[in-house]
Amino acid sequence: MEESINPSKFVAKHILDIPRSGIRAFFAIAATMDDAISLGIGEPDFVTPWHIREAAIFALEKGKTSYTDNLGLKRLRNEISKYVEKNYSVSYNPENEIVVGVGVSEILDCTLRAIINPGDMIMYHEPCFVSYSPSISLAGGIPVAIKTRPEDNFSFNIDEMKAAWKPGCKAILINFPTNPTGGVASRKQLEQLAAFVKEKDMLVISDEIYSELTYEGGHTSIASLPGMRDRSVFIHGFSKAFAMTGFRIGYACAPKAIIEGIMKIHQYEVMCAPIISQECAIEALKNGKSDMEKMRDQYMRRRDFIVRRFNEMGLKCHLPSGTFYAFPNVSAFGMNSMEFAKCVLNSAKVAIVPGSAFGPSGEGYARASFSTSLQNLIKAADRMEAALDKLSAGK
Amino acid sequence: MDKLLKLMLEGEALSTQQMGEVLGISKEELAKELKSLAEAGVLLGWRPVINPDVDQSVVRAAIELRITPDRDGGFDKLAQRVSKFDEVESCYLMSGAFDLLIFVKAKSLRDVASFVYEKLATINGVTSTATHFFLRTYKQQGFLIEQAASDGEKLNYSP
Repeated sequence: MEESINPSKFVAKHILDIPRSGIRAFFAIAATMDDAISLGIGEPDFVTPWHIREAAIFALEKGKTSYTDNLGLKRLRNEISKYVEKNYSVSYNPENEIVVGVGVSEILDCTLRAIINPGDMIMYHEPCFVSYSPSISLAGGIPVAIKTRPEDNFSFNIDEMKAAWKPGCKAILINFPTNPTGGVASRKQLEQLAAFVKEKDMLVISDEIYSELTYEGGHTSIASLPGMRDRSVFIHGFSKAFAMTGFRIGYACAPKAIIEGIMKIHQYEVMCAPIISQECAIEALKNGKSDMEKMRDQYMRRRDFIVRRFNEMGLKCHLPSGTFYAFPNVSAFGMNSMEFAKCVLNSAKVAIVPGSAFGPSGEGYARASFSTSLQNLIKAADRMEAALDKLSAGK
Repeated sequence: MDKLLKLMLEGEALSTQQMGEVLGISKEELAKELKSLAEAGVLLGWRPVINPDVDQSVVRAAIELRITPDRDGGFDKLAQRVSKFDEVESCYLMSGAFDLLIFVKAKSLRDVASFVYEKLATINGVTSTATHFFLRTYKQQGFLIEQAASDGEKLNYSP
């Protein structure tokens, strides 16, 4: 008889300690249900615009199937440089200050690994995207979460940020507009943050993946503020604005020394982003603006609708100024966010993501993506309202 | 652009009740807005978009017309006259080699032909016509004719 072994003993301890993404865990349940409307998916419901898909076909026909420069195609970096300068008012040299990677997730991971010495602390605001805390831990850093609140529209409170600081905090990771809250940071707030970052001699990592999907007030990049360019890593990608999630293209812009560090990890990890996707990214930057604006208009209309309906059905919800997520408070129904999401899934057949998936600060909330058709949103809202009415009546 | 108009143009096929819900206005307010759009000549009417190839009982053609502009009314007078025929679905004044482009619908090839030589060609001021029959439709008013139901389907994955 063969000796029985437990293969998990071969898995590194710090990996065993890291939980799976809470979004995925919830979707494993949701996927088993027929006829459920999903407000859970964090990607555009639009298909990538045809001219961008067509660029992929063209690239294939031309036989573009090779590796590229580790930093990404020079033509793409040129376009990124122009795009970032035009839209974010900060300029980077395409020669050595931009690196293209496999989505923002890879770029963020490389960035964290490039800057963290074991034990360095990285501050970030929470609720936040599921990967932040694990990625910091995986890079050997210590995550320091700062809670954001609806009364601040889920932007950060600079005093709380200052209070959370401790010696050893090396960088702060920000994401405005924020997944999952839709929070944005005003220029004034970013100026306060910039002053604080300079005072403590920290670096800012700014994940601006949702910046094109800003509905009110316009978007400011912290990297564009005076004196911030050289202490910022500007991170962006194509997934959300151009509906290109499956193409997996993200990039970082930063001073040469930092890009060099990121590039080395990227080089040994994945070599380069797929060339076909890079070709499509060039097409998106050159000719994708009007598609992007059309999609933004539609998101905005859907946002206004679903947020109004949430508030009407007793789910207190602030108006998100960016992203395609609404983040209603679900605590009025006396359940924690996981229980609430399960209840809505079972009784209304609507899948939303429990706020606790986005860190402990997300407890009491749920994330509902309005990246789906108005038909679906109307149906989902009607079903949820009926289910919640029943729930209140039964109390 | 008017919010309601934008919703109608981009916002899927919603019922008027759903439109009211999305815009957050009552049925009465919506009806009033629709009426004022119609009165302002912005909203001309409602039509479903139908796959033209499904309806075997009609024949469609595009006809190029060269016309002599009228001393008083320019091209307008003649274009309006041509537009009035029931067979004419659309009529445009064009730049380039000809003047008017009209889209015509009739019951048969023969009907289109007789419309051309009996009606169009005999109008004073029409100097020549060129008729092109539609063979097959690939896209109609923004809708692709042959699109697999699974095209663009998203997999249920999220980070």
